[in-house]
Amino acid sequence: MRFKYVLNEVLVGLWRNVTMTIAMVITMSVSLFMLGASVLLYMQVDQMKNYYYGEIEVSIFLRTDVTEAQRSAIDQAISSNPLVSDKTYETRAEAFTRFQQLWADSPDFVKSVGPDSLPESFRVKLKDPEKYKSFADQIAGMPGIQDVIDQRTLLDKVFNIFNGFQVGSLGVAAFMAVAALLLVGNTIQVAAYSKRREVAVMKLVGASNWFIQAPFVLEAVVAGVIGSVIGFVVLFVGKVVLLDHKLQALTTILTPVHNGNVWLMLPLLAGVGAVVSAVTAWVTLRFYLKV
Amino acid sequence: MIQLENVTKTYPKASRPSLDDVSVGIEKGEFVFFIGPSGSGKSTIIKLLLHEVAPTRGKVVVNTKDVTTLRSWKVPHFRRSIGCVFQDFRLLPNRTAYENVAFALEVIGKTKAVARRVVPEVLELVGLGGKEHRYPHELSGGEQQRVAVARAFVNRPLILLADEPTGNLDPDTSIEIMRLLDRINRTGTTVVMVTHDSNIVNQMRRRVIEIESGRIVRDQARGVYG
Repeated sequence: MRFKYVLNEVLVGLWRNVTMTIAMVITMSVSLFMLGASVLLYMQVDQMKNYYYGEIEVSIFLRTDVTEAQRSAIDQAISSNPLVSDKTYETRAEAFTRFQQLWADSPDFVKSVGPDSLPESFRVKLKDPEKYKSFADQIAGMPGIQDVIDQRTLLDKVFNIFNGFQVGSLGVAAFMAVAALLLVGNTIQVAAYSKRREVAVMKLVGASNWFIQAPFVLEAVVAGVIGSVIGFVVLFVGKVVLLDHKLQALTTILTPVHNGNVWLMLPLLAGVGAVVSAVTAWVTLRFYLKV
Repeated sequence: MIQLENVTKTYPKASRPSLDDVSVGIEKGEFVFFIGPSGSGKSTIIKLLLHEVAPTRGKVVVNTKDVTTLRSWKVPHFRRSIGCVFQDFRLLPNRTAYENVAFALEVIGKTKAVARRVVPEVLELVGLGGKEHRYPHELSGGEQQRVAVARAFVNRPLILLADEPTGNLDPDTSIEIMRLLDRINRTGTTVVMVTHDSNIVNQMRRRVIEIESGRIVRDQARGVYG
């Protein structure tokens, strides 16, 4: 009986003020969509870091005029360095073959590069990729070395872009959230006003506060949850359309975005949407339904 | 049943207190009129008893509970022991007489089955038998006030507060409402009524407490309006 009463009140309330309800749902869904995108991006960057940092190498390019003695000294220094876990040596010829394979699509470009124009190098894997700096400091000064390049600095540039997107979408989410909260507050005020007679009688006969407030709070929660579901659907469709089809090329850089992670956004968004709406509605009622 | 001890109530921004050091005691089962001109502070007493406002100084005890120190979350439960009737009826226009009374029961957690048993009984008691399914706009002023009385009484409160219940009614209808309140009083319910209707006070011959400028100027056991 109670449940039916509350449910009925909620549906009637949402319908009575349907334009406001729609506005509330839309802003809520945009805000939560941005939040979901931001969280997904964060998880993605984290996953990519794990993946790429494991693969990462430090390249030590040797000068073209490097002597045999210098090369073996460098080889020694790398092998005896405690930071190193693995090391490979790449001759000029090998570098050239790899280059040819890599750019097989652009034969003109390959032709313009001679077999001697690529430097020989050591490819070193560090036990802890974070220790790059101290490794480079130890090795860079040795004669015969042209350049020490850490792939990590390149990757970090990529990750910085992702982080930028992530912070940006979080900012938009917060900005939209302000609009959504104001709309929730306003909707609850209007609902409380249109039911002021009922509320006055309920207070008069001693209905408990939660009984008076529950329909209003639930009204906001229902709108919040609908908003979060819409936001989630947009997120899911966006993921499928953009990453799995339109921008599939990107996925060679991106590690795959798991559907499991995307599904994880549904309870997250619904939870955030519901809690935030409930708290906003409740706070609004504290001001408008004084006992 | 009701104790006001040295109660002073000054509203914010008011130059003088609405109630000024008022002390009065009302026993269980009494029928008491508070009379006085507009703005004398008599409605403030009702508000104090309902815990709608808190006294600036002094103590208000209702039904052995000190209202002054009552926690706000306990107020709803406290109000269930008090029935209330107003000049403007305060009925829900989109609900029938039956639904208006049943609403009061449902929102304090009573089941529909209880309502089905109790509501017709109390509507019969106030003399609205057969008009249960009329909407307020289909009822006369007196009948609407009867619905309001039924709603106030359906929960069998210990105290019935009536704030100018006859203010919107013609003299004959007013007397009918007074008979009704008298009948409710005879069931043991304490009735406190605020009014400036001299006819009614003179006819009833009950305890009269007169207030002027926030002070009690008369407290008479079988009084008249004077």
